[in-house]
Amino acid sequence: MSIAILEIKDLTKEFKGVVAVDRVSFTMKSGEILGLLGPNGAGKTTLIQMILGLVTPTSGEIKVLGHDFNRCREHILSCVNFSSTYVSLPTSLTVYENLAIFAKLYNVLNPKKKISDLLESFEIGHLIHVLTRNLSSGQLTRLSLAKALLNDPQILFLDEPTASLDPDIADKTRRLLKDIRDRYGLALLYTSHNMKEMQEISDRIIFLYQGRILAAGSPSEILSIFDGESLEDVFLKVVRGKHTAGNPL
Amino acid sequence: MKLYRIAAIIQRHLYLYRRSVPRLAEIFFWPILDVIVWGFVTIYLIGAQPNLPRFVAFFLGALILWDILYRSQQGISISFLEEIWSKNLINLFVSPMRPSEFILALMVMSIAKLLVAGLASSFLAWLFYSFNLFTLGFSLIPFVVNLMVMGWSIGIITTGALLLYGQEAEMWAWGLAFFVQPFSAVFYPISVLPSWIQPIALMVPASHIFEGMRVVIEKGTLPIDHLMMAGVFNMIYLALALLFFYRSLRVAKERGLLLHRGTE
Repeated sequence: MSIAILEIKDLTKEFKGVVAVDRVSFTMKSGEILGLLGPNGAGKTTLIQMILGLVTPTSGEIKVLGHDFNRCREHILSCVNFSSTYVSLPTSLTVYENLAIFAKLYNVLNPKKKISDLLESFEIGHLIHVLTRNLSSGQLTRLSLAKALLNDPQILFLDEPTASLDPDIADKTRRLLKDIRDRYGLALLYTSHNMKEMQEISDRIIFLYQGRILAAGSPSEILSIFDGESLEDVFLKVVRGKHTAGNPL
Repeated sequence: MKLYRIAAIIQRHLYLYRRSVPRLAEIFFWPILDVIVWGFVTIYLIGAQPNLPRFVAFFLGALILWDILYRSQQGISISFLEEIWSKNLINLFVSPMRPSEFILALMVMSIAKLLVAGLASSFLAWLFYSFNLFTLGFSLIPFVVNLMVMGWSIGIITTGALLLYGQEAEMWAWGLAFFVQPFSAVFYPISVLPSWIQPIALMVPASHIFEGMRVVIEKGTLPIDHLMMAGVFNMIYLALALLFFYRSLRVAKERGLLLHRGTE
């Protein structure tokens, strides 16, 4: 039986009186792909940032791998990793140099082999000595994912991993994410605006709206809660205030 | 504190300088330009006023030592800006790296930068103007250490400001040291300052170092009192700078500013 590797309880964040995340509670099991869905300003990114210690919660509890974040920050951050479309690696360094630095930061054993293996598995091994600024968007996404897997994380946090990618590369990245989960057995918590993507790869979805969990469940459960044909349909109903799911969970 | 994480940050900046000719040139460019321009100015002034026999030593010594302070400040603040410019800040802050390890790595980088720049300037001053900075003898070591620590304090304060205000505070990285310069008695003794400014200048560690440098050049004795004062004030300011940095980091996390700093 899978155990809870992430436990969030009553997590709240207020910015100058504006509630960005409102008493959010959920758990995540190992090997699970959990999608955070919601319109802009729903609190998805703030939630991930709080879990990673980039934003201090106003109240609530975060337990990662059974540990309290504030007490075990270093241990937790050495067991998880993060990748985002909006965060880059230094472009004036080569692919290898960037990964070598993070391999050292995470104290990766045998870093050369690890880097080589990861780049090969992402089919960018031939770019190892290329300057990062010369990579395409798809290659950058793969490099960012390679960086995020250097420390064999137990949880990988992804913030809009396929934003700004063309449909072909986005599709390849989705397959890659599933493959990563299957191969490495890690849990993925990610945000996306791409409804099709969410429906396709998530085991479970948490629908956030105005900082609160509106619904949670498998993609099919979400569809049935909102009586929608697709997640996009559900999304539009929620954003346009036509949903009939009752009170937020 | 883990040495391998400090080494990783140092390695990141070494890669950067190895790959960037403009960045590498920048380490040498301003110190060398300063020495050349102000060296000729001092020679011209001596020609006009020959009663200033130690003018070259005072001026060029001050210039090289000031550059040590400025480089050590830049070693911290510009290195931090590099992470903002490259949108790499978030990658670092979601790693197990501690902020103290980050600061320590930048301090090491600043030592490397100032050594390179300082040696280059000293060599040029000796080559063009026959001024040997090393005639300051062993007193040079406490002078350099104190100026370096003051530069770190300014650099850490700048880093804290960058966390709070982002690239809007970039001017601090280039200009904050120059804001302190008029009170630092770099090119003139404290006594020429207006009487109400003198107490302020006496609280600036650099002013004791530059006064000390002039005593060494003129009398050949090491002014312990100036060194002690500089050391005490430096410890106080370094502690205050670190407090400001950690407070800024806490505020940035409370206000959710880190993501903005990491992606702006």
